[in-house]
Amino acid sequence: MLDLTYDLPKIKTIAGAKHDWELVIGMEVHAQISSSAKLFSGASTKFGAEPNSNVAFVDAAMPGMLPVINEYCIEQAVRTGLGLKAQINLKSAFDRKNYFYPDLPQGYQISQLYEPIVGEGEVLVELGDGTARLVRIERIHMEQDAGKSIHDMDPTMSFVDLNRTGVALMEIVSRPDIRGPEEAAAYLAKMRQILRYLGTCDGNMQNGNLRADVNVSICLPGQFEKYMETQDFAHLGTRCEIKNMNSMRFIQQAIDVEARRQIAILESGGTVDQETRLYDPDKGETRSMRSKEEAHDYRYFPDPDLLPLEIEQGWVDDIAASLPELPDAKKSRFINDFGLSDYDASVLTADVESAGYFEAVAQGRDGKLAANWVINELFGRLKKEGHDITDSPVSPQQLGGIIELITKGDISGKIAKDLFEIVYSEGGDPADIVEARGMKQVTDTGAIEAAVDKVIADNPAQVEKARANPKLAGWFVGQVMKATGGKANPKAVNELVSKKLAG
Amino acid sequence: MSIDETTAARVAKLARIKVEDAALPALVTDFNRILGFIEQLNEVDIDGVEPMTSVTPQRLKRRDDVVTDGNQQDKILSNAPDAREGFFAVPKVME
Repeated sequence: MLDLTYDLPKIKTIAGAKHDWELVIGMEVHAQISSSAKLFSGASTKFGAEPNSNVAFVDAAMPGMLPVINEYCIEQAVRTGLGLKAQINLKSAFDRKNYFYPDLPQGYQISQLYEPIVGEGEVLVELGDGTARLVRIERIHMEQDAGKSIHDMDPTMSFVDLNRTGVALMEIVSRPDIRGPEEAAAYLAKMRQILRYLGTCDGNMQNGNLRADVNVSICLPGQFEKYMETQDFAHLGTRCEIKNMNSMRFIQQAIDVEARRQIAILESGGTVDQETRLYDPDKGETRSMRSKEEAHDYRYFPDPDLLPLEIEQGWVDDIAASLPELPDAKKSRFINDFGLSDYDASVLTADVESAGYFEAVAQGRDGKLAANWVINELFGRLKKEGHDITDSPVSPQQLGGIIELITKGDISGKIAKDLFEIVYSEGGDPADIVEARGMKQVTDTGAIEAAVDKVIADNPAQVEKARANPKLAGWFVGQVMKATGGKANPKAVNELVSKKLAG
Repeated sequence: MSIDETTAARVAKLARIKVEDAALPALVTDFNRILGFIEQLNEVDIDGVEPMTSVTPQRLKRRDDVVTDGNQQDKILSNAPDAREGFFAVPKVME
């Protein structure tokens, strides 16, 4: 299916005082499942509700309440696994991860440590420069989100909102195959794209619906290759986990400063402690979350409230049959079927809506021309006005109409831009507008010839100069275009001007 | 495997159960008795035996993805020692 080939990206190295160091990065992506109700209760997942209004007694951990799993959430986890070409485990189980924090009233998070629902998969991460890395996925498990604590509403108190408590998350764990800050951001971007194609997570990072813990370690050149050969972590450095990142930009900054911190420690003869750290974008540093260390002994055990989760192969097959075309396949098809460049195909397949729009424009028309118009004119214009492709004032049919007029030679590229402007701001059928406003390109040689003759007759001095220096012929072309309101076919004008000046 | 007082104190702390130092020796004895019993269980050969998760054969019960609960802020907060503006108010916890 996929016939795109890429070179491997160059491994980013950071020069220390003594050596060059390489980065080794693994990511745990927390993706909120796009369900209406929570993972184990019937409370709403809607963002921005009144505090503590989307809370069932299960979420508040009232004594005697029992969790009942949301089947749709299971389906989304399976769908995500299939989208990442991963193994689906027909039997998985839930465990309790025990720790105390005010926004976790149960005193434990229900998660899947020992038997996750999804096993090993992979994701191709393109870097946009013709290189890509295949990152291995270790597992995906389902778990509950915690609530939200607000610390700045009162000097001595923290305020707790349990609306988010119990919302379903997928934790997608990668192998440490990511080799630099840019790769980490590209990995998260690709993951977001796939999740949005699948519809299993809306990818809204601002609301925290997609966030990542980033594991960073450093090693000397050659060590990573030894790890890959043996899968023995002893060849790699000690990792630190930077928690809760929800910005691509900050992820890159955090990885860079964390790697430099570790380099400074190792080069001065110290050792890196394995710990959880927090990135402070204002200070541009990571710092230890010491309070978390104490609680790090999670004492996992199987949740006695929940039976193992058994699903049927037939059900998994049905989900597989309903998967949409995914980004890699779509991009590959756009390149093959429409003759697009890798770059254009990437831009157009960035999200399902753009891809769908482009396809509607390109179907039965000139694919490359359609790509140019969608990317350069439409996207440019939408961006300028803060519009989304889904609320584009120009429909694919309208843009397709403009492209047909260009292809037929009815309008020039320049007039097409004017026409696009009219369609964008006033609406209407492009062909009708061209007819009604007399925008049709003049291909009638007689009319163009008359215009050329007139310009030549009116400017004898210029004619003399142009005869001496043929490069000046362009001036006549410009005058004729002006005289015809830009509607003359530029190719015909060029030919006629050269012929007349020569003769 | 056996547990000493330091470990017992740590387990109590992780579980947020207050245990006076004087109570630790008795707790250690209890823990070690329990662990001794588990060690005895460990002697049974369970190779190839699936863990029993339920006494009656049944499938994990599922629910549909429908909002059927919530909108009860007053009830959720009614047991809270302190609640303000719809939030639980707790002593400051900060990273």
